[in-house]
Amino acid sequence: MRKLPNVAQAGDTSKVKGLPGQSQKHESAHKHVSGEACYVDDQIAPANALHAYVGLSTVARGRVTLLDLAKVQTSEGVEAVLSLQDVPGHTDIGPVFPGDPLMVNQGQEVTFYGQVLFAVAARTHELARKAVKQAVVEYEVLPADVTIEQGLENNSFVRPSHTQQRGDTSSALKSAAHVLNGEMQIGGQEQMYLEGQASLCIPTEDGGMLVHTSTQNPTEGQKLVAEVLNIPMNKVSVDIRRMGGGFGGKETNANQWACIAALLAQKTQRAVKIRLARADDMLATGKRHHFLSRYDVGFSAEGRLEALNMELSGGCGISPDLSDAIVDRAMFHSDNAYFLPTAKIVGHRVKTNTVSNTAFRGFGGPQGMVAIENIIDNISRVVGKDPLDVRKLNFYTDEDNRNTTHYGQKIEQHIVPALVERLERTSNYRARRDAITKFNKTSPILKKGLALTPIKFGISFTVQHLNQAGALIHVYTDGSIQLNHGGTEMGQGLFTKVAQVVASEFQVDIDTIQCMPTRTDKVPNTSPTAASSGTDLNGMAARDAAQKIKTRMTEFAIKHFSLKEGEVRFANNQVFAGERSFSFAEFSQLAYTNRVSLSATGYYATPKIHYDRDKAQGRPFFYFANGAAVSEVLIDTLTGENKVLQVDICQDVGQSINPAIDIGQIEGAFIQGMGWMTTEELVWGEDGRLQTINPAAYKIPAIGDTPPTFNVELLPDSPNVEATIFHSKAVGEPPLMLGISVWSALRDAVASLADYKLSPSLDTPATPERILAACNDVRNRS
Amino acid sequence: MIKFLLNQTEHSVSDIDPNITLLDYLREHLHKKGSKEGCASGDCGACTVVLGESDGQTMRYKSINSCITLLASLHGKQLITVEDLKNDEQLHPVQQAMVDCHGSQCGFCTPGFVMSMFAYRKNTQTPTREGINEALGGNLCRCTGYRPIVEAAVQMFEPDAKDQFTETESVTSKKLNQIKLSDSEVALSALGRTFYSPATVTELSSLLINHPHARLIAGGTDLSLEFTQFLRNIDVLIYTGRAEGLDTVIETESQIDIGSAATYSKAKSLLVQYFPDLEELIERLGSRQIRNQGTIGGNVGNASPIGDMPPVLIALGAQLVLRKGDTTRTINVADYFLKYKVTSQQSSEFIERILIPKPKAQENFRVYKISKRMEDDISATCGAFNIEIENGLVKRVAIAYGGMAEIPKRAKHCEKALLNKDWSEHNIQVAMAELAKDFSPISDFRSSAEYRLLVSQNFLQRLFLELNSSHDTLRVSQYA
Repeated sequence: MRKLPNVAQAGDTSKVKGLPGQSQKHESAHKHVSGEACYVDDQIAPANALHAYVGLSTVARGRVTLLDLAKVQTSEGVEAVLSLQDVPGHTDIGPVFPGDPLMVNQGQEVTFYGQVLFAVAARTHELARKAVKQAVVEYEVLPADVTIEQGLENNSFVRPSHTQQRGDTSSALKSAAHVLNGEMQIGGQEQMYLEGQASLCIPTEDGGMLVHTSTQNPTEGQKLVAEVLNIPMNKVSVDIRRMGGGFGGKETNANQWACIAALLAQKTQRAVKIRLARADDMLATGKRHHFLSRYDVGFSAEGRLEALNMELSGGCGISPDLSDAIVDRAMFHSDNAYFLPTAKIVGHRVKTNTVSNTAFRGFGGPQGMVAIENIIDNISRVVGKDPLDVRKLNFYTDEDNRNTTHYGQKIEQHIVPALVERLERTSNYRARRDAITKFNKTSPILKKGLALTPIKFGISFTVQHLNQAGALIHVYTDGSIQLNHGGTEMGQGLFTKVAQVVASEFQVDIDTIQCMPTRTDKVPNTSPTAASSGTDLNGMAARDAAQKIKTRMTEFAIKHFSLKEGEVRFANNQVFAGERSFSFAEFSQLAYTNRVSLSATGYYATPKIHYDRDKAQGRPFFYFANGAAVSEVLIDTLTGENKVLQVDICQDVGQSINPAIDIGQIEGAFIQGMGWMTTEELVWGEDGRLQTINPAAYKIPAIGDTPPTFNVELLPDSPNVEATIFHSKAVGEPPLMLGISVWSALRDAVASLADYKLSPSLDTPATPERILAACNDVRNRS
Repeated sequence: MIKFLLNQTEHSVSDIDPNITLLDYLREHLHKKGSKEGCASGDCGACTVVLGESDGQTMRYKSINSCITLLASLHGKQLITVEDLKNDEQLHPVQQAMVDCHGSQCGFCTPGFVMSMFAYRKNTQTPTREGINEALGGNLCRCTGYRPIVEAAVQMFEPDAKDQFTETESVTSKKLNQIKLSDSEVALSALGRTFYSPATVTELSSLLINHPHARLIAGGTDLSLEFTQFLRNIDVLIYTGRAEGLDTVIETESQIDIGSAATYSKAKSLLVQYFPDLEELIERLGSRQIRNQGTIGGNVGNASPIGDMPPVLIALGAQLVLRKGDTTRTINVADYFLKYKVTSQQSSEFIERILIPKPKAQENFRVYKISKRMEDDISATCGAFNIEIENGLVKRVAIAYGGMAEIPKRAKHCEKALLNKDWSEHNIQVAMAELAKDFSPISDFRSSAEYRLLVSQNFLQRLFLELNSSHDTLRVSQYA
């Protein structure tokens, strides 16, 4: 008979380590710093493994008149070549709607620069990359739309436009004291996860496939691999322990590489690894959507919004991908924290011959928000007020029923006004405003700017069925616990937080809990780890699983020791059963020997949410996450160079499960948002080729860009009124939009050149070049 | 054969592609997967490792990008990777500080940060925010926003500086000296390709005569992109980094004499002593890892129109000593650049030294660089100004720009508008207008042509204000 493990005895009453509310270290921190954390490309592939690479198109649009792969086939080390006709199953991997061909064959049309034509598998990564260069490809070049304007002009859309409307904006515009109109270009953004796209596929018996892939969406990867291989989903397992960053860029964009590696693995019956070189990764994968915002706004003499007509045109690239939901989310956030008495928000999904844009932290929300913040700043200059006062004047409030969004969701909890008051005070906003005004009067070249911008960000997938999650927990006879759930770890600390939830349920040290790789054979039918929902969904599912086991253990104890309900207690790494106490391990063993199941699945579906898209009305969001940031900047009016001097943030995370991780998310998101607003510029040539395809050309913030003074506060005493996990709030995406305050402060600095009487137009990203142009424009107009 | 110390263990390499990078060797041959590839172009720092070099008795440590360092250049050095930092299963203080401060999120950039921090710890007495920025400016993190990393970089100074590397320092140094003494022919050959690593300048010179088509490689921070980005191979490489005397930085009575293999890190202090404005430029040129490998000679020799040192050298009236065989000739840096990537250097000729005249008392030197990001970014335009004003009159002026033409070059019209004229606002305006005659820049992803010209003109205004005004600073980069 198998001997049961020796376990620690009861008696240790030290505090339980890692409970919710504690700043528990990231579960992989030790492995990160020692280089022991294993990413997909770090896995030692099975002997005989091959390395795949892809051949990419070199025109934005054209018919492939010749795709001659003979030299690729005979190139050194090549073991297999794959083109579209070799695919036994589906050839379109569009995640929601079709439109994303896996590869493009001779005779077919390529529709963006960097589209996959074919793939090879060779003995080494280097040989595979060299082999794809041997292809002879000829095109009949066709006219291509590269810009949003070109797409709009040609009425070219990936999905139908959508409108959200409240009231009659045209009559409200007529009666408004002031009317402004304008347009703004909002730049896109490259995810720039430090770990590029990577997959390792290993054929299994019965024609199946084990897929290690750096993905935020294991189930979708599983489904698509099964479809291209033409096998049922139950023969494909996807496994991901951790990603080296995702940020949305691995929500759908990881699939193609997994599919290609799986097809080559199936074809060769050998393990196949693929990883994209940075330049190809940046060329061939989607980014944050760039947007064009056009608007007419009517407002009162005080600066209160009365009517807003806004057209948000998202540059979707070539296919729908997730663009429907992304443009919807931009529209859902075109109010940000402001009541729009009448509004007509139209969202266009513009098709261009560029790589299909995809999810990126905020998922359209940031673009909607910056569009309305632009308007608020412009209004302030017209009415001659500090932009902060105009913001405050327009916040949602229960007064006069100014509490319902333009899509009909009532704001049940008004957190923003008090949060902003608090931040205004703690950041010393008014005194700094005075000091800056004084500084700008005497400083000839350098000017300072200050801005406070709020956020109100809706939490839930707007596609209702994605708001569900599963978990699987095993308790072993030594009292150690394995934790599986459908969420993926990309650095955000999800595994740590969910482990804290489980530690809390069992009242055991977090070290007792082993976080397992996310696998579709452990937890099936998962949603992507996206929309800031990871902890909300998976934390609840894991709690459900833990509670099931705990209930069984409790019921067993009651029966076994003839106790009453309430006499069994889990505390301090122990189980108390009446007078008796056991270590958690002892008790697990006792339960096992008495034939109690110590394994359970858990499940959660978010309540309350609904949205009628036809009417554009409903409650798409379970709740809102809120925050605000004050940024102070310095600009050089001769060059446009700039620097962020100080940032103060207050963010509402409800009751924090892990303050250190939450602060880390806020700081990181802020800097990422700041990068989006300032230095991160995507530049396409007229030929549709992206020119900024490496970190030498595409500049994300570096360490010196982090402001010397950077204060982050979690809004105290603000538990989520909704029944979320420990009444916490989502934190992944919302603080990214706090970066808008940097852009607003830059405009404020430029506005000082005309004594704040003119509103500088400043498209994003606000590079030194754009800032200098704004300075000169304001100088010329004043 | 190439010999180096893999941490403490002597490691010999032969019969391996001489074009292989250190990172590929670590990951694919040694299966050390701690160092990561983020870009394979030296722009993200995820691959950072530390090289230890013996000073005879003591060790000096420097961070480098292993993705653009050729394995073959490691001869006689100690290689320390992230796997080597733990001691008896105990995290190194650098690693512990990162854990304590929540300095990692996804963790992919973390090994690189840890190694840059380790090198900073080894080279620094007291941490400062500026020093941390300079040491870690070449490590990108997309998750944390850097604040906790800065905190960790301060906290890591709390424990004693002594670690396992200090304890073995003299042993390590001795081992390295032995490798040096045992030098026979240091080279790596395979697949019909060879990497030569000559020990003397004479040897280097004759190798170049024998192999006129060879490529010279110094830090390799640019040349390595041929391998990692363009998948090309180079059959004959001649390494300048081991040739004795070629990396010296010497001060004579009248000039600063820099060997062409001297790195930025090595040349910086003397240059800054005479030209304080170079401090900012050098700190914004590449990253610490790049400056630890990249050489001024390389920056000149690869004749890129966007290198930052060439306009500086031109404005300072610097000269190059070119050598072929045993013959040398001296030319002005300004005369070196002919056309896009074409120089007056002849076949088998190489840059031996760079001579910079020391500044005269009346000379004012300024250099201004524009890029989207302050740190580790390539210039949209870079203007260097050397101007002598006496009694309100411009006595001598040299102005050169990079990024404004197919070669780095002087702004002759602009200079003419200033020379022997009053140092006045009016004449500055004239000079600004004249600059448009000197340059017709291009538009690219870094900047439009219009901005390049406009901001280059505005540099003159900044120059005028800086030399005349009493304001603390007129640059955001120096505002505190």
